[in-house]
Amino acid sequence: MNDILPDPVLSVRDLQIGIGNKLKIVHGVSFDILPGETYGLVGESGSGKSVTGLSIMGLLKRPLNVTGGALHFLGHDLRRIRPRDHRRLRGDRMAMVFQEPMTALNPLAPIGRQIAEMFVIHRGMDWSEAKAKAVEALESVRVPSPEERARAYPHQLSGGMRQRVMVAMALACRPDLLIADEPTTALDVTVQAGVLELIADLCTAEGTAVLLISHDLGVIANMCQRVGVMDRGRLVEEQDTKALFENPMHPYTRGLLAARPRLGSRVPGERGRLIELEQMVADEDRGHDVPTLVTPRGPRKEVTA
Amino acid sequence: MSRFILRRVLQMIPTILAVVLIIFVIFSVVPGSFVSSLLAEGRNVTNAQVVSHLNEQFGLDQPLPVRLWDYLSGLVQGDLGTSYRTREPVWQTIAPRLWPSIKLALAAMVLAAGVGIPLGFLAALKPGSVFDSATMVVAVSGLSLPEFWFGLLLMYAFALQLGWLPSFGYQPGSISHVILPAIALGVSPMALLARTTRSGVLDVMNADFVRTGRAKGVSEPRLVRAHVARNVLVLVLTTMGLQIGALMGQAIVIEKLFSWPGIGSLLVDSVATRDIPVVQGTVLVIVLWFLIINMLVDIAYAVIDPRIKVG
Ligand SMILES: Nc1ncnc2c1ncn2[C@@H]1O[C@H](COP(=O)(O)OP(=O)(O)O)[C@@H](O)[C@H]1O
Ligand SMILES: [Mg+2]
Repeated sequence: MNDILPDPVLSVRDLQIGIGNKLKIVHGVSFDILPGETYGLVGESGSGKSVTGLSIMGLLKRPLNVTGGALHFLGHDLRRIRPRDHRRLRGDRMAMVFQEPMTALNPLAPIGRQIAEMFVIHRGMDWSEAKAKAVEALESVRVPSPEERARAYPHQLSGGMRQRVMVAMALACRPDLLIADEPTTALDVTVQAGVLELIADLCTAEGTAVLLISHDLGVIANMCQRVGVMDRGRLVEEQDTKALFENPMHPYTRGLLAARPRLGSRVPGERGRLIELEQMVADEDRGHDVPTLVTPRGPRKEVTA
Repeated sequence: MSRFILRRVLQMIPTILAVVLIIFVIFSVVPGSFVSSLLAEGRNVTNAQVVSHLNEQFGLDQPLPVRLWDYLSGLVQGDLGTSYRTREPVWQTIAPRLWPSIKLALAAMVLAAGVGIPLGFLAALKPGSVFDSATMVVAVSGLSLPEFWFGLLLMYAFALQLGWLPSFGYQPGSISHVILPAIALGVSPMALLARTTRSGVLDVMNADFVRTGRAKGVSEPRLVRAHVARNVLVLVLTTMGLQIGALMGQAIVIEKLFSWPGIGSLLVDSVATRDIPVVQGTVLVIVLWFLIINMLVDIAYAVIDPRIKVG
């Protein structure tokens, strides 16, 4: 690593998330995201990736809350920030794209208006000006005939198109950080690559840092410079992407990699179903010990709750 | 949109036809006739000859299919038949009762929607608060309150004790006369609307698109106004339509109690005297009201919900 790294956009230190005060679901996760960097967070479903992303946005819901650690974003201490100031950062400086494009948009409002709302609340534009900007935003995510589409309602668009709309909305105010939580998991395989490419292109062009959350190592490999691997609420390994795939340190990561389905590969006797990632990891390499963080320099510290 | 409305109107026709048939058959086979009710009143129709003469005069000696045919062919020309009692066309008996009934139903609904929906909204925005619990207690009691008893209570308190409002009767153009019966009639739909709205708001507040709104940095008040409210309205509209539709039928007891000259009290009076043509006519009006309100609700849906296919 370099000595002269720029200040991170986001710095997560020993983040702990719990349900009430008793049950912990994230036990001390730490990572930094540098300006313009795409950082991947990978792990099985239920390992705490989404709640980590939501905690940064300040969108954890009722029983869930941040119980310890520090979150710093562009000089703001997100654990001490006033809720209204956090809200002003949302959409403007930090934005999020969710997994489920079918339900993530208001079914009763035209999509152009939903994008335009970003300019109204964060840029103080009036609606006609904002709607013109919304058409531009749709154009930038390569939605065909954007002017016409701006008047369409969510149910009139395909899942892939809706996710493009979500991307357009998230990037409308040119945020410093985009959190993309399984942005293609719910999409048809044929459109997944297009949406990922779009996110990569736009964020590279704008210098937007990305926290890409996925359970899919293929997605992570194509998109990210660095990867953090999460297992049961802990970050067990963090490496440059290339190094991770070539030389996984942690047994859990090795399990993940080994379980990675290759396109078209089939499990004998499984009647053509693709390998279930979770199943394989469970079978392969899961100790009952507390996961430890592994870095290129070797096991660094016990991550304890 | 106009084609949608036209189609929706045409769809009502078979329903109306079925309803007419059912009403006609039911009231033709119920025991007791207008003639026997005259007997019961002690009028001097003991003579068998007089009875058969009256039956003949009203066409009651004809077999059921013939009477049905006569009734239907009159109906398509807008003729609801002739009242046994007044010997006037049924339509003329019903017409002056229509406006009072509609006025009462609308007043009750304005009250129910105007109070119930905001109450449900406020309760849902602070779930578990004292206000929320209080509203839901009131809502549950409102639903289980016997209308007749509640009407009497209102009458006693506001008319007899406080003397603020007239206790009964109807005056064209008078607002004060409609207040008490409208409250008595409106409590139960109000309670239901408050509950439906509350659960609708709680549902919608948990929807993914509300989380998207928060992720966009939309403030909570704006989120409720611009995104949640319309989605809740879509949920509440069905309940509201069913309630308004049912109001004219539910008004029977209240109209009688407050001597309100509407369709409901006409129905009660004509049942008592076995004035079957008037009974059939009033029931038909009550059903028509229900169907028309439901059609209006469907049209309202098509206007506010883009997911509904029009045309
Ligand atoms: N609202 C909630 N209430 C209780 N437990 C929750 C809630 N949301 C998430 N969890 C739990 O937190 C853990 C992490 O969830 P999540 O962050 O969604 O996982 P991932 O995104 O990695 O699949 C899971 O075990 C899940 O069951
Ligand atoms: Mg998740």
